[in-house]
Amino acid sequence: MSTAASAIEPTTAMPLLELRGISKEFPGVKALDDVSFAVYPGEVHMLLGENGAGKSSLMKVLCGAYHADAGEFWYKGEKVAISSTADAQKLGVAVIFQEFSLVPHLDIAQNIFLGREPKGRIPGTIDRRKILADARRVLGMIGFDIDPSTTIDKLGVAQQQMVEIAKAISQNARILVMDEPTAALSDRETELLFALIARLKADGASIVYISHRMAEVFALGDRITVLRDGRRIDGVKPADVTPDQLVRMMVGRNVDMTYPRNFAEKPGELLLEVKGLSSSTGISDINIEVRRGEIVGLCGLVGSGRSEVARAIFGADPASAGEIIFDGKSMSGEPDLAARRGIALIPESRKSEGLALLRSVSDNLVVSALRKLFPSGLFDQRAAQRTSDGLIRQLRIATPSARQTVGLLSGGNQQKVVIGKWLAAGSKLFIFDEPTRGIDIGAKSEIFALIDRLVAEGAAALMISSEQVEICHVCDRAYVMREGRIAGHLTRNELTEENIVRLGMHHA
Amino acid sequence: MTDITKDATMPPRSFLSQDAIQVFYRLLAAFLICAVLAVLSDSFLSLGNILNVLRQASLTFFIASGLTLVVLTAGLDLSVGANVALSACIAGTVIHKTGSPALGILAGLACGGLVGLLNGVMVTALRIPSFIATYGMLWVLNGLTYWYMAGETLHGFPAGFRQIGSGYLFGLPIPVYLLLVFLGIGTLFAQRTIWGQEIYAIGANPVAARLSGIPVARRLLLVYAVSGTMAGLASIIFLSRLNSAEADIGESLTLPAIAAVLIGGTSLFGGVGTVFGTFIGALILTLVLNGMNLLSVSANWQPLVTGIIVILAVWLDMKTRRRAQ
Repeated sequence: MSTAASAIEPTTAMPLLELRGISKEFPGVKALDDVSFAVYPGEVHMLLGENGAGKSSLMKVLCGAYHADAGEFWYKGEKVAISSTADAQKLGVAVIFQEFSLVPHLDIAQNIFLGREPKGRIPGTIDRRKILADARRVLGMIGFDIDPSTTIDKLGVAQQQMVEIAKAISQNARILVMDEPTAALSDRETELLFALIARLKADGASIVYISHRMAEVFALGDRITVLRDGRRIDGVKPADVTPDQLVRMMVGRNVDMTYPRNFAEKPGELLLEVKGLSSSTGISDINIEVRRGEIVGLCGLVGSGRSEVARAIFGADPASAGEIIFDGKSMSGEPDLAARRGIALIPESRKSEGLALLRSVSDNLVVSALRKLFPSGLFDQRAAQRTSDGLIRQLRIATPSARQTVGLLSGGNQQKVVIGKWLAAGSKLFIFDEPTRGIDIGAKSEIFALIDRLVAEGAAALMISSEQVEICHVCDRAYVMREGRIAGHLTRNELTEENIVRLGMHHA
Repeated sequence: MTDITKDATMPPRSFLSQDAIQVFYRLLAAFLICAVLAVLSDSFLSLGNILNVLRQASLTFFIASGLTLVVLTAGLDLSVGANVALSACIAGTVIHKTGSPALGILAGLACGGLVGLLNGVMVTALRIPSFIATYGMLWVLNGLTYWYMAGETLHGFPAGFRQIGSGYLFGLPIPVYLLLVFLGIGTLFAQRTIWGQEIYAIGANPVAARLSGIPVARRLLLVYAVSGTMAGLASIIFLSRLNSAEADIGESLTLPAIAAVLIGGTSLFGGVGTVFGTFIGALILTLVLNGMNLLSVSANWQPLVTGIIVILAVWLDMKTRRRAQ
């Protein structure tokens, strides 16, 4: 694994853009430490690393959003400076972020040429005919067949991504940086994107591609650069490595890619019974049972109503019909009732719904357990800190102290804090909504080991996940949702990716 | 990332919490102002003047302390001044009609608390943004007070009642004792009770607070009711000190109370701030105004100076906080 970068770089071609010895420091964190990185014409360069390894920082340095503390930029063999996004744009660097920067109520053409609109004859007007023609030409270049006068809010995620790419192409981008571009795409859309990438490559454009998906890395990549802790670990070619080796480079240790799970011989007593639950959020007639000792999956396509079911059980959205029986007693009320009775919700967007980012790790860990820890109503900061220290050790939360601001932790550690607050509260049923989204591989297997331990100790889990592999590995059984209803139930033996997809698809 | 946080390059959050640092800077500022005034004016350091400053600061503090809790939840209560006026008029009427200061005090507190509770209902059950709900309430209360008083002035209260606002105990004005008591209660409530913790959590992220099992609506009701009750308390002190009540007494109270909260370091975005900070905020505000009086600066300059201090304090806070991120 110690192959020097130069050994695998084509010696004949000159890099289009080369970064040498880039360092970038933030207060307390060395985001990038002496990273060198070269992009050659017409290649797909995969950028790999756990969350926080420095991929995003490197990307932001590349596009001029961050100013590097040290290091040099070389463009076609000449030393250049990238100190602003305008500099990067001049060199042909464009970034397709995960969050698109399109204006929803403007049309495709207006978005592509936003701020660069062709002027009409009357000063202050836009040459509408020219902007549409130009847009059509750019869309044609990337093979995207759509009317450029369609407004953005009518487009799906994949189509919006195409518009972003068209916008970049129209600015003569030669280096396209894509940040997990397939994260929100369906399989079919992913195929279309890959075809487009092949086409851009054939035209001599270079793609810097950030991904968490091993399959993509091998399907698309010409070269791979692995980052860890802000340092460049290695540069390799896909043909020379195995997925396991890459994972080891990313995490710096051996990680079991299969998730350990001790399936119970026979599930425990009934803990949650949902009968005919409906809600105005679009779910209807939901029937679910969860027993102690079980991890029950809740799958289906994004938008099939999985999160809505979780929220309705937790009382976050009011039910319009049906009954929730928890631990033998009927339950209806706000989340504070569900929490008191022993239900935990680990929401999908932990930053906006799971944590108070500006508060400390300790504040966040005890927030759901205040009444349990301090029955007198009197809060004791030291006792809270002690409880937090225990949880930090138990969950192996990587933080300098319980007083650290939680927003400064990595995604995986933040997720552990969200889980930890419910451990402190002594919850019995844990509802996980996409528990591993945006979490690196090492933290993932830790979180699954934790869930396994929880249910082994008599708790139960209801787990929503779009990662069907995870559902299949981890769950005792699973419900599959389609269009707001339960479309089917899969037992342990029936639980395969094919079955989940078959039940979750429309008109299956 | 799992590993970088283990890295020695990442320092733990500093020994002093952000709150402690904020309070420290404010105490420093208050001392500096005192030092400057002591040099510039001979009469500043006289006992009489210092007690006068404390008594004036106490009135602003009573209103601002309850308001601090509201602002901690990322809300605002614009009705506090109008609430003081109505509560004072009702308390005064009850004392006149029954001759009992105790009943009057109860009526004033009850009126303030009830108004606060109504604010809370508008914010939680009707989901009206607090800024708008309490702004509307301001007009409603003003209307009620003017209608009720019909241009009359209540004055002449029993001597015992007047002691609350103007009496002394062991050489200190009674409002100063009340100030210390409520500063203690407010600080204990915010820092040392689970309700206080929940209020900070709500202000820091209301959605996460609700999904963490905090009864957000009930806590907000409590916070607005407390803010109203503190306005009721202020009305009693006011009534007792002035020995009279008119419909328009509340009009100059709300904005200084908000200023004290902001100068004291409580963020309008919620989740950050302390009751003690608000006390120092009220103190700084009063000191500056007092100093301007002593130095014979025209009173017309006072709003301008207040505005500059507020902007300066908030700007410095944002700067230090951004550095902490």
